[in-house]
Amino acid sequence: MIVIEKRPQPSQLWSVATPIVAVVATMIVGGLLFAALGKNPVEAIATIFWEPLFGEYAFYYRPQLLVKGAPLVLIAIGLSLGFRAGIWNIGAEGQYIVGALTGAGVGLAFYPLEAWYVFPLMVMAGALGGWAWAMIPAILKVRFGTNEILVSLMLVYVAEQLLASMSLGLLKNPEGFGFPGSRNLQSYPSGHNAELIEGTGMHWGVVAAFVAVIFAYVLLNRHMLGYQIRLTGEAPRAARFAGVRPARLILFCLGLSGALAGLAGLFEVSGPSGQVSIDFNVGYGFTAIIVAFLGRLHPVGILLAGGLMALTYIGGEIAQGNLGLPAAAIQVFQGMLLFFLLAFDLLTNYRIRFAGKEVA
Amino acid sequence: MKFTKLLATAALGLGLATAAVAQDKTKVGFVYVGPVGDGGWTYEHNEGRLAVEEHFGDKVETVFVESVPEGPDAERVMTQMALGGADLIFTTSFGYMDPTINVAKKFPDVKFEHATGYKRADNVSTYSARFYEGRAVQGLIAGHMTESNIVGYIGSYPIPEVIRGINSAFIHARKVNPDVQFKIVWAYTWFDPAKEADAANVLIEQGADVILQHTDSTAPQAAAQAAGDVITFGQASDMAEYAPKPRVSSIIDNWAPYYIDRVQAVMDGTWESQDVWHGIGEGMVGIGEITDAVPADVKQAALDLKDSIASGEYHPFTGPIKKQDGSDWLAEGETADDGTLAGMNFYVEGIEGDIPQ
Repeated sequence: MIVIEKRPQPSQLWSVATPIVAVVATMIVGGLLFAALGKNPVEAIATIFWEPLFGEYAFYYRPQLLVKGAPLVLIAIGLSLGFRAGIWNIGAEGQYIVGALTGAGVGLAFYPLEAWYVFPLMVMAGALGGWAWAMIPAILKVRFGTNEILVSLMLVYVAEQLLASMSLGLLKNPEGFGFPGSRNLQSYPSGHNAELIEGTGMHWGVVAAFVAVIFAYVLLNRHMLGYQIRLTGEAPRAARFAGVRPARLILFCLGLSGALAGLAGLFEVSGPSGQVSIDFNVGYGFTAIIVAFLGRLHPVGILLAGGLMALTYIGGEIAQGNLGLPAAAIQVFQGMLLFFLLAFDLLTNYRIRFAGKEVA
Repeated sequence: MKFTKLLATAALGLGLATAAVAQDKTKVGFVYVGPVGDGGWTYEHNEGRLAVEEHFGDKVETVFVESVPEGPDAERVMTQMALGGADLIFTTSFGYMDPTINVAKKFPDVKFEHATGYKRADNVSTYSARFYEGRAVQGLIAGHMTESNIVGYIGSYPIPEVIRGINSAFIHARKVNPDVQFKIVWAYTWFDPAKEADAANVLIEQGADVILQHTDSTAPQAAAQAAGDVITFGQASDMAEYAPKPRVSSIIDNWAPYYIDRVQAVMDGTWESQDVWHGIGEGMVGIGEITDAVPADVKQAALDLKDSIASGEYHPFTGPIKKQDGSDWLAEGETADDGTLAGMNFYVEGIEGDIPQ
């Protein structure tokens, strides 16, 4: 008989090992899935994980990893702070959209003026937009005790409608023959978040992601506020006695995660994407939740998890193109990653004992 | 500069490397916005791809990536195909327009074909079908068939393509039934069975007994079937599994002849950038079989309309037509020019409601 019993202390070993075990398990089960679809499992797994990094065209894919991973990391860092304190911002996708809208809106308002201050203003507007959108669930929670999970999630759909409205109305390209979508910021130098060094994928969003990782690390380990965040998550009552003001923490965590999501949106819309369009958002805000947990809510872990997630996206596309794997199989593969992570997480807090017959 | 150069060199190197092999094999890539099993838009593009494989056999190799979001992801997928040695790439959604242009700039030797867009380059063609011709036939049937005089219309996005379809269907429904009203719901998606089913149910609850859809899944068909006395039309694909009722006819996108033609042009070295807009006449727009759920005289009228459009004798936008606000658009006997149709952003007179802005 198998008995699951709670560990007196969460296992340090397993908390580090779980993500690695989850990745390995995903590879094995994913391989079986691909084999069932009639593809060579080893080739498929190799295509996903090896090809983007060391394959023939790695010179193109490696920079793309940064482009794809940066928004994930940037958003996930913000989310992780709140998650640690038990504040659940599920609506980063909405904050991402609104940040993109406000940021791009400022840029487009200046068009066609060329000036050095346009882009910094756009960045500020992007962060502000995301922050403001996150303040809605924050203030409702603080004032009326509403559930921030529901409110932030529902606001994603409101943001999507707002995005559609902006693409069709206010921000629509006046030279676009009536088609939806804004001007392309890539062809507006002052508002273009271009690659800092051509061919590296390094744009300001990537820089911001790295800065956010360092900032979060310092905050959590060296700063009173970080201590309060951790304490609130681990022992809410003790935190109360230690003088943590929950309301302040809620406003801070939601606000910061909103601002970072807004920044991610702004860097995306002014860089790789280029324009506000109805389908601008592709789920970074939701995927970032996976990234945050895959990275154990730890800044460095999130950096690695973001890279891994980007790898499965890009590798997955290559596998589709080269091996004819269906897109759905790739999505299942990515879903497995979170599934196994959560499943193996059990081992961090519990241990499995094989009770012998002598017990009976 | 460096990156572009790098890519160009890579492409060039590849071109040289594969030149010897490429003589016998042309590589064609397809980028799809939905899954190939959507039963609608992407399904038909994939049928076109399969037809290319069938037609050319060993002389071509095709690759495709499905469910590609419109934006930077699409750009990466196209780049990946170009790097992989594709000679011709079909990008099959409006939202791929800017990405296609961006990638085409980096790979001047690769030919691109973008569906439903308006930006072209030396190595980028655009192609689309005159779906509004099929919409005219649907409108005629809808106008005859409705008993509640309410026709429901599931729009995807309020872009000219979709608005054109609404106008065309409405004009021809009104011609045969002056009391008909259109109720329009915007789903803001090309493919989302759950949302499409919701939209269909809302329309049915509001009294619609005919549903027209400009979204790609069969969910509205299923909703109509469940509701009972409601008829529908297959969109992009025949959707014959819902015949004879609720699906009474359909618009079928037939890309195969065009795709085969363009692949042949690449093989022959005669490929040139162009803007193609084909309709029923050329066979790009097909009208699916009209079932017996439609009375014989209505069916005959629909087929006559189809024939007169196909022969070029009749244009679905022939005056007198006024705009929704009552201002004149087309005078008696005047037909709409392609430019106006391409950018159509207004309803014709009689349609209620506003185009979302």
